[in-house]
Formats: sequence, structure tokens, C-alpha cells
Amino acid sequence: MPVLELANISKHFGAIQAVNDVSLSIEAGQVVGLMGDNGAGKSTLVKMIAGNFPPSHGTMQMDGKDLVLHKPVEARQHGIEIVHQDLALCNNLTAAANVYLGRELRRGVGPFRILDYAAMYKRAGQIFAVLKSETRPRDLVKQMSGGQRQAVAIARTMLSQAKIVLMDEPTAAISVRQVAEVLNLIRHLRDQGIAVVLISHRMPDVFDVADRVIVMRRGRKVADKTIASSSPEEVTGLITGAIEQV
Amino acid sequence: MAVTLDQTIAQKQHTLLTRVFASQTFWVVIAVILACLFLSVATDSFATTKNLYNITRNITFVAIVALGMTFVIITGGIDLSVGSVLCLCSMVLAVTMHAGYGIEIGIAAAIATALIIGAFNGILIAYLGFPPFVVTLGMLSIARSLAMVASNNTVVFQFGPDHDKLLALGGGAFVFGIANPVLYMIVLALITGFVLRWTKFGRHIFAIGGNEHAATLTGVPVRQIKVAVYMISALAAGLAGIIQTGWLGAVTTNLGNGMELQVIAATVIGGANLAGGMGTAFGAVVGAALIEVIRNSLGLLGINAFWQGVFIGGAILMAVLFDRLRNFRRNE
Repeated sequence: MPVLELANISKHFGAIQAVNDVSLSIEAGQVVGLMGDNGAGKSTLVKMIAGNFPPSHGTMQMDGKDLVLHKPVEARQHGIEIVHQDLALCNNLTAAANVYLGRELRRGVGPFRILDYAAMYKRAGQIFAVLKSETRPRDLVKQMSGGQRQAVAIARTMLSQAKIVLMDEPTAAISVRQVAEVLNLIRHLRDQGIAVVLISHRMPDVFDVADRVIVMRRGRKVADKTIASSSPEEVTGLITGAIEQV
Repeated sequence: MAVTLDQTIAQKQHTLLTRVFASQTFWVVIAVILACLFLSVATDSFATTKNLYNITRNITFVAIVALGMTFVIITGGIDLSVGSVLCLCSMVLAVTMHAGYGIEIGIAAAIATALIIGAFNGILIAYLGFPPFVVTLGMLSIARSLAMVASNNTVVFQFGPDHDKLLALGGGAFVFGIANPVLYMIVLALITGFVLRWTKFGRHIFAIGGNEHAATLTGVPVRQIKVAVYMISALAAGLAGIIQTGWLGAVTTNLGNGMELQVIAATVIGGANLAGGMGTAFGAVVGAALIEVIRNSLGLLGINAFWQGVFIGGAILMAVLFDRLRNFRRNE
């Protein structure tokens, strides 16, 4: 059974049809590359899954049950986590503080509860170890490399039992070595049985790490196939419209 | 020797000592101590009980307001209205008590005034997106004007039936001969320090100052917290106003005039960053102390009072210079 299933999803903003009749399903432990040119509808699609706004038409199902989201917080409660393109990190805080931002651990009784620094450092350290990332929980994010910053953002998604992680252009603005690091982080997520949706412009990254690729053009899904049965040339053709549909 | 991943992750990059040496607050403390030592040797009048009593008490009013300002500055905001709010709250207290009400009602009215003004500032800033500079600049003018309206621009020096209680509250020394305002300052500084370091609210304040967008995306209630920090800032100004009223025994409508600049200077000298994301309670108090020691020493050393602004301005620039030097080294 797929973790997430979208059936005939459409979204229009006034007269603009951003997403048009898209159906797709995502399996646990699978990395899906979501590709398409600017304005193809990738972000709109992802924002609906993330609970930023509801679809105009169509239904979403999670683990076979209907999924209706009104707010991003609800998506998080359902195990849908997002790694934002700008990572949404606070440079003035430590790695652990960033991982736990908005869901800080506290100890104490009733209204007298204080931040549990020790527990947050410990757990954040464990997550970095699972991700095989050399990131120290006590270091300020300000001093970190692009790869470490990605690890901090990804570690957030592992605090609760995430089922799906949506990653928006995680490799857009970092060095070659760091790209390899991030792709490894994605593999580690997949190995935990988490479904990863990778939104990317970078063909090599998608073909390196994804199991499946979905291509969108002008609001429609024009391809949905395994990486093995596709090629970068074909996907480029689909993105630009040289190939109509497969 | 191979270092395992776990060892790397567990490693602490900074020990307590390196952190202390890297903090601007530490160097300001050293500057205050050196200045005090120098003045004790160079003048006969500095290290006297009376002068020290005066200095510590003078520090407190700026320091208490600076504690509230620290919250605002950490979120990346600014509150220019504190001097006027201090004056208005003093005046509300004075007028209420002068009209024959008890001290409890007077203080409640002053605190309510502060909270309403803080909430007004905060809502305009957080919900309507006004720039903090503009909102609080407007409030600077409004609050001072309201203080004049409330008192008809007169000096109030009779506080009704509880007159003596109010003067004891601000001017007395309940414990070990330490001036009361100093005790209030210490208590408020401890509370501020605790909130900033140990509560979720404090953590979120730093997050907003570091990256407001990120704080919003991760589910931090940014707007509510922003309203709260402006209320805290106004409350601190109101409390300082109440204490100062008791100490002075009279309220005029130019009380706290220009104080906002001293308060901001104290927080910045103490290590707060006007761009947001940095600041401590201890820093605010130490910054206020340095300013007061400079002021006091100029008088004792017989330097013309007109030079005061130069020295205080110089201290602000020096404090920030240290911070810049450290950043340059890091960036290279």
C-alpha cells in the first residue's frame, strides 16, 4: 500500500490553473524525483501535500485514509515533513536548538518547565550519527558548512516518526562535495523506510539517488517512471516539451 | 589515530573559558572593574560609601529599562518609546495617588498603562507590519504628550495618603542598607536571565532575531511573541518609572527625556546586537554600569560635563569594535 496517494488533484488560483488533474502514489522507502521547469506546478503540488493550501479538486490519502490538511502543523502531525529550500535555520542558535526549534524538549512539572538542554544535545547527536554526518549539536549553525546545514535541516524531519520527507531543491546552492553528502543523507532517510520526494532541477542528482522520476509540465504530470527505464535525455525532453508525454 | 564519528559529534568546540573570553560582556566587565580601580586610586571621592550608593542606584533605572529592551533587541526590534512610557507611568501613578487612591491602585494603574502601551506597539508591529522604529517613535511622542495631559504639565510631589509608603518603596533600603532600586534590579535581572536561557519563550525570542522566516516555518508563534516582547519592554519602563517616582519624590513631565538612547547604548555595550539574535540580561546591567561609571568619573576627575557625550559615544563604538574584530578574524 502506498504511503501517500493523490487522486485527480487540481489547483487553480483565480483563472490560473497551477496544477491540473495530477494523480500519483508514493511508496515507503522510495525516493521520488519531482522535476519540471519553473512554473510547472511542482511547488504548488508540494505545498498542497505540506498543508499550505488545500487542493481545488481531488483527494489525498495517507495509508489508505483520507487526508485533509488545513495548516502546515497538521501535515507535520501526520508525519509529513518539509526541508525548505532556504533550510529555515537560525544562524545564531546551535545545531541542536535548530533541530528542536518549535518543539523544544522541556523538563519539570506543570507550568514550571525549563529547556532540557542535555536531552536535546543527546538526541540531536544520535540523529546526526544515524545520518553519518559530522555535525556537533553544540556548534552554532553560523559556523557550519553547507552539508552540515543540510544535515541539521534534515535531522528535524527525524524527530518524530516521519513517513514522508519533502525536500525542496536541497542541492541547489552548495559545492560538489557537499552535494554528495546531501545525497547520502537522502539515502540514509530512505534506509529508515521514509519516503522522500526530491524536488530538483539537477538531473545528475535525481538520476543518482532517486528510484522514480515524475515530470511535470504546465500543471500536468507528463511522466512517471522508474529511473532505470528512463534517461536524462528523455527527462530533459519531457521538461522542455520536446517530448509530449510518455 | 582514527576518530570515530561518535567522538566527533560528542566533541565540544568551546570550553567555558574560551566562551567567556570570546564574549563582549566579559571585556566590558573588565573595563568597568579597571575604571573603578583607577578611580579609587586617582580620586578620594570615588570609593566612598555615599558615592558608591549613588552610582549603584543611578545604574538601576537605566538597567531595569535595558533589561526589557534586551528582549526587544534580541528579536531584532527596537523600542524608542521607553523614556516617554516611563514618564507616563510615573505620572499615572502620581496623579492616581494624588487624587487620594492607595499605593496599590496607583501601581496597578501604572502597570496597566504600561501593558496597554506595549500591547498597542506590539500589535501594530506584529500584526499590521509597521516598522518598530516608526511605531515606537510615534509612541515616544504620544506617551510624553499624554503625561502632560494627565498632569496638566505640573510637577506632582504629593502622593495622597500612601505618600510615605511610596517614598520608602523607591528611596528606602529594606535589606542590608542596599538601596531598594538595586534590589529590584538584581531580582529583575535574574528573572530576565532565567527566561532568556531556560524557557521556550526565551529560545523563541532568539530564533525570531536569528531568522524570523525560519521561526515562522518551524511553528514558532512569532506574532504573539513579538507582542509579548514590546509589552515586556513597556512593563520594564513602567516599573522603572514607579521606582524612580518613589526615589525622587516628585514627577515632572520631562522625566526620562532622552533615556531611550542611554538604554539602547547600555544594551549594545553589553553585547546585544541591534540586528537581532544576540543579547543577555547580565550584559544589559553591565552596559548600564559602564555608562554610569563613565559619567560619574568625569565629574570626579573634574572634566567638563560637556565631554560626557564623547566618552559615552566612544564606549559604544569601542564595544562594537571588539565584536567586529572578532568577526573579521573569523571571516579570514
